[in-house]
Amino acid sequence: MSTLVFLEHHGSNITKPSLGVLSKAASLDPDTSGIIIGSGVSGLAAEAARYGAARVFIADDARLEAPLPQARVDVIAGLVALHGFGNVLFGASVLASDIAGGLAARLDAGLNWDLADLAVEGDTLVGKRSALGDTVLVDVGWSAEPRLGLIRAGSFEPAETPGAGAVEQVAVALEDFSVKAQMVEQAHEEQTGPSIEEADILVAGGRGLGSPEAFKELEGLAALLGGAVASTRAVVDSGWYPYQTQVGQTGKTVAPKLYIACGISGAIQHKVGMQSSQIIVSINKDPNAAIFDFSDLSVVGDLHAVISKLTALVAERKG
Amino acid sequence: MKIAVCVKEVPDSGPLRRIDPDTKRIDRSGDRSLNAFDLNAIEEALRLNEAGGGGEVVLVCLGPDRALESLRKGLAMGADRAVLISDDAAAGSDLVATSYVLAEAIKRESPDLVFFGQQAGDSDGAVLWAAVADRLQLPVISQVSELEVANGSVTAKRQTEFGYDRIQAPLPAVLAVSDALNEPRYPSLKGIMGAKKKPQEVVSLADLGVPADRAGQAGSRTTVTALHPPPSRGDTQKIEDDGSAAQKILEYLMERKLV
Ligand SMILES: Cc1cc2nc3c(=O)[nH]c(=O)nc-3n(C[C@H](O)[C@H](O)[C@H](O)COP(=O)(O)OP(=O)(O)OC[C@H]3O[C@@H](n4cnc5c(N)ncnc54)[C@H](O)[C@@H]3O)c2cc1C
Ligand SMILES: Nc1ncnc2c1ncn2[C@@H]1O[C@H](COP(=O)(O)O)[C@@H](O)[C@H]1O
Repeated sequence: MSTLVFLEHHGSNITKPSLGVLSKAASLDPDTSGIIIGSGVSGLAAEAARYGAARVFIADDARLEAPLPQARVDVIAGLVALHGFGNVLFGASVLASDIAGGLAARLDAGLNWDLADLAVEGDTLVGKRSALGDTVLVDVGWSAEPRLGLIRAGSFEPAETPGAGAVEQVAVALEDFSVKAQMVEQAHEEQTGPSIEEADILVAGGRGLGSPEAFKELEGLAALLGGAVASTRAVVDSGWYPYQTQVGQTGKTVAPKLYIACGISGAIQHKVGMQSSQIIVSINKDPNAAIFDFSDLSVVGDLHAVISKLTALVAERKG
Repeated sequence: MKIAVCVKEVPDSGPLRRIDPDTKRIDRSGDRSLNAFDLNAIEEALRLNEAGGGGEVVLVCLGPDRALESLRKGLAMGADRAVLISDDAAAGSDLVATSYVLAEAIKRESPDLVFFGQQAGDSDGAVLWAAVADRLQLPVISQVSELEVANGSVTAKRQTEFGYDRIQAPLPAVLAVSDALNEPRYPSLKGIMGAKKKPQEVVSLADLGVPADRAGQAGSRTTVTALHPPPSRGDTQKIEDDGSAAQKILEYLMERKLV
């Protein structure tokens, strides 16, 4: 076996999910390499070595500056053709998913996503994933090499396990179509808002609130409970509430003592950001909402009615 | 503009969704409908053409014959025609195989834009567009929450783990849209009545020139080897609000010293 791990970076750091996958892969396969792709990224090789990379491939080119997927598919496909890696692994992210999907087509390789764990059985890799909104766990495999895997963020903590970290530069040859998409403006946080990561209690609102104004109701309840208000991507993308308060795959990961989910369907990308909450109470009018699959107390009903009553009751109790 | 929208038929959400222990595939016997996330893609395609002086919106779906019924919902919203790739040999296609088949069907149409929904409700993959774009050799932008088409190019805003990007690509291009991009319209009565009469083409793999070993199990590279129930969540409660839910929540929180 030999394994290649895509090491995504942001600014001058390799992302935590990538390092987690790297150290896990190195623990399963001593022949694990990392690849860092960008412009002016050579300085990141040492960090990769610290988390277990026996070799670190560097693709450094001005055309690779923006974090766009298609040019990265060209680079990784070229490297796989040269070295014949058995496994190519990614920590899930928007960028990594788009690279992995493109690479699967380019190499006619199998891609398993949303993996929560990896194991080696015999001489082959086995992935463990949950499916259908985490209602079933499946062992997945690959019928050919390379085996491509996207690992759900947060599955593996980065562990310092030094690897040799021999650095190799990669020649960069890009397809015409791969450089057609251009970054106009990169990763800026639109608005600022309160920090939700320290709060013991979060009252979270989703599209079920129906309007941006309804967030006022949640703010009232959160204030009484001594907590903060969180949100979903659907409401943030709609401009209803600030990005800073978004919980989930592309937002914050939180683990408060209490998470009250109001009008949130419970999509997997939201769940990964809040499933470690100690107590989850959810209010949704749809009895089949996925959020109920992982709530401690599920309330089927109209959130406006429930929240306004609950707010009054808590206010009364506090005197 | 000619816009192709890739849409999938998925099992209705609900307590009966399950994986068939024999075939290890998603049980497709229950009620089914058009993947809700794909309605946002159809809506955006319709709006672009309504604003831009016409064109054509073509739905493209890989699925069983029965999926025609779901496709009619998209036609009722206003799409002009549907192409359904239906073939026993395509059953069980994974990402590699599905992307191959869809790309061949899309090539026949040579659209200016290819739209995808943000994810299929049954697979939650959110990866297919990248594979199809690679096969079509077209630029791709995913997670699009705002978009503008002008002067032969598209500019789109997307959310990633780090905030918002703005990306531009020349047409033709592949776009995957966020479910916050728009509010899908409800089909009008007239739309529903007219949907049945709109062109609905059912094609086989052979019609598309797809070799049998590129689709279905033969064309797939992933396997499911075992199924397990997930760990139980322990002590959970579910109540219907009959007016007393707020009181029950308060008691629940007080018992746990959270209030
Ligand atoms: C790559 C990727 C990354 C993503 N990252 C994130 C992320 O970081 N965070 C995130 O949240 N999402 C993320 N998403 C989006 C995610 O898939 C869902 O689309 C999103 O979480 C849905 O938000 P929602 O629950 O607010 O809206 P919806 O799914 O529309 O749910 C609204 C819910 O409100 C209920 N409702 C409506 N009215 C009422 C009422 N009056 N009373 C009670 N209930 C009511 C409805 O029954 C429904 O269940 C991501 C998706 C992708 C593809
Ligand atoms: N069988 C299919 N036929 C047509 N389009 C599909 C099919 N499966 C998925 N799609 C499209 O791909 C998107 C993402 O699917 P997935 O990557 O499976 O989550 C969906 O929102 C659809 O737009």
